Amino acid sequence: MATEILMPALSPTMEEGTLAKWNVKEGDTVSAGDVIAEIETDKATMEFEAVDEGTLGKILIAEGTEGVKVNTPIAVLIEEGESAEDAAASVEKAHAGTHEQGAGHPAPSKVVDEAGPGGQAPAPAVPDDPEIPEGTKMREMTVREALRDAMAEEMRADERVFLMGEEVAEYQGAYKVSQGLLDEFGAKRVIDTPITEHGFTGLSTGAAMGGLRPIVEFMTFNFAMQAIDQIINTAAKTRYMSGGQMSVPVVFRGASGAAARVAAQHSQDYAAWYAHIPGLHVAMPYSAADAKGLLKTAIRGETPVIFLENELLYGHSFEVPELDDFAIPFGKARIWREGSDVTLVSFGIGMEYTLKAAEKLAEDGVSAEVIDLRTLRPMDTAAVIKSVKKTNRCVTVEEGWPVGSIGNHISAVLMQEAFDWLDAPVINVTGKDVPMPYAANLEKHALTSVEEVLEAVRLVTYR
Amino acid sequence: MATAKSKKKSNTSKEDLLHYYREMLLIRRFEEKAGQLYGMGLIGGFCHLYIGQEAVVVGLEAAAEEGDKRVTSYRDHGHMLAAGMDPKGVMAELTGREGGYSKGKGGSMHMFSVEKHFYGGHGIVAAQVPIGTGLAFADKYNENGRVTFTYFGDGAVNQGQVYEAFNMASLWKLPVIYVIENNQYAMGTSVGRSSSTPEFYTRGEAFGIPGEAVDGMDVLAVKEAGERAIAHCREGNGPYILEMKTYRYRGHSMSDPAKYRTREEVQKVRETQDAIEHVRELLLQGKHADEDELKAIDKEIKAIVNEAADFARESPEPSLDELWTDIYA
Repeated sequence: MATEILMPALSPTMEEGTLAKWNVKEGDTVSAGDVIAEIETDKATMEFEAVDEGTLGKILIAEGTEGVKVNTPIAVLIEEGESAEDAAASVEKAHAGTHEQGAGHPAPSKVVDEAGPGGQAPAPAVPDDPEIPEGTKMREMTVREALRDAMAEEMRADERVFLMGEEVAEYQGAYKVSQGLLDEFGAKRVIDTPITEHGFTGLSTGAAMGGLRPIVEFMTFNFAMQAIDQIINTAAKTRYMSGGQMSVPVVFRGASGAAARVAAQHSQDYAAWYAHIPGLHVAMPYSAADAKGLLKTAIRGETPVIFLENELLYGHSFEVPELDDFAIPFGKARIWREGSDVTLVSFGIGMEYTLKAAEKLAEDGVSAEVIDLRTLRPMDTAAVIKSVKKTNRCVTVEEGWPVGSIGNHISAVLMQEAFDWLDAPVINVTGKDVPMPYAANLEKHALTSVEEVLEAVRLVTYR
Repeated sequence: MATAKSKKKSNTSKEDLLHYYREMLLIRRFEEKAGQLYGMGLIGGFCHLYIGQEAVVVGLEAAAEEGDKRVTSYRDHGHMLAAGMDPKGVMAELTGREGGYSKGKGGSMHMFSVEKHFYGGHGIVAAQVPIGTGLAFADKYNENGRVTFTYFGDGAVNQGQVYEAFNMASLWKLPVIYVIENNQYAMGTSVGRSSSTPEFYTRGEAFGIPGEAVDGMDVLAVKEAGERAIAHCREGNGPYILEMKTYRYRGHSMSDPAKYRTREEVQKVRETQDAIEHVRELLLQGKHADEDELKAIDKEIKAIVNEAADFARESPEPSLDELWTDIYA
């Protein structure tokens, strides 16, 4: 009986990868545990071991093939007496069937879903940016690459800047964000720490007081809860408590928010948590250009910065200007779409839902203005107020919990400063008020969706 | 409690002994005055006095060099005075006035002086331990040969982040001296009731950090131990632990009911172990000074402290605009 060898998912968010190399050829005998191939994703290159034994009858996907979807058959193992060609043919036939029915191989969790973020659909066009001079050459790059470039450029410019965190050096970053930095800057400036968040957060804060400019990578911000005392009680407050004598110029960066199927302890959005704290700056970029420009500003500043990234966005590509020195100021929102009927306000991965919703609304004849806050502290509420005075309606979109959310704050600001311009109550579209469940269907439901954004717009426009 | 004090210190000069006497006395009189101002309602909030422990900071400062750094907990007035910070600025911070080191915005527990390399004044027990380790990290990064004194108490020594810091300091050979001021009580809980192993100088063994117990009531012993620790750090051998066996005469803070120890216990230490009395005896026995000279010093110190108290009373409260400054650069 022939056995299919399927393209493996090597991480919770992997959807596809490159079959970089076959270590075996057709006709070879394979035992369980043999490394038969190397699979490359945007995050890492991994060895792929056989789980069954037999003879490699047929290679279905040639080495070097890019964009091989998870669960695609890549080879067939046959037993003695079987014909390789027959086995391969039967596998292909079987797969043609399952694909059509959508059964057998369920789509990996919530990704590649029209109603949610993720997927590798082409990124929406970045709107004209007044900060970018006309005629600037643009280069497409992923958010991951943009973050790396920002760090590398600032490390070249300032000897005091260094990167510290778990697996940032030799492993090249748990999410491959720091790839190549160890090679360029050496072990003095790209430092693997023990798994000791409270310790290295306090240590980096002390190093900043001592005159250095640390960038601390939290593998994810969930782990920063071990260290939140040092972030809030020391980093954020020292400038004030010292009467302005001492700054703590440290950047805490890493993934925040839900990834895919990592459940309650690894899936939460920290935007509202940190935006609450005076003394911190909080950035949560969506596009690669903003990730780069904001991170450069963060590293240069005197203020401790919480820089919230998103695992699902790391692999997304956007146009980034090729400028020698591209830094984006904090506290300035970006208008992604101009519109006249409703203002949609979001940030970070929330922009995925928001932009998709705006596109659908446009098809239905509703003109939505889309604002990406980009930084939550300082927050460009002036841009939101200005827009609402034009559209008279507002919906906020975020993945975080509803109580004490960023949307709640915007609602309050609009009530106080644009009450007479509002034609409908502001609606906050948020994640559900529950710990993140593991089951795929529940997780999808716990987050927000394009449909929920559309429904909120229907309500505020009384349609 | 500590062993008998060094009686024969003929090699300590008159100048040094007088310096230690003066420095320790300044801390004690300053703290007594702070206690008085607290009682008058001029100092608010929490106020933790250093009376009894003076030899620790004075001895270590005597071993330190210009540019070395120090960081400590909220029982920090003595550390600031020993580091050379102005008593007026410290006292005015205690009263929450514009002339304080933090313009009145930090208070007793949160004071800093970049000029004197004093990095706080931290209100969360043990938070200063990774911070001091980070200061040492910066010194190693900058290859400047400096060391950082990271002070913490017998209460802090049971916090997890202490050991996270120990591990990294030893792993990366950071020039940090961990000074455990064991005054025997974490607030109201004695070492015996809080710590499975009371030999705190051995707490670095699992990380390969050498340590020694020191009579923290003997300023000469403290200085010598400090010199050993500094040499160890400056030679690039990584961190070092000094457990200072000391004693706090006053309560944990001003509102301490002192139900956890007897009056006799405190009295006995005062009578037999007092750090200032020790140096006073050395000065008199060695004929380095007579009673009149010491009285003159007492008077001088009293004047400095009174001046600080007057300044702290007269300095205006910060302007209301200060509420909104120093949050962002």
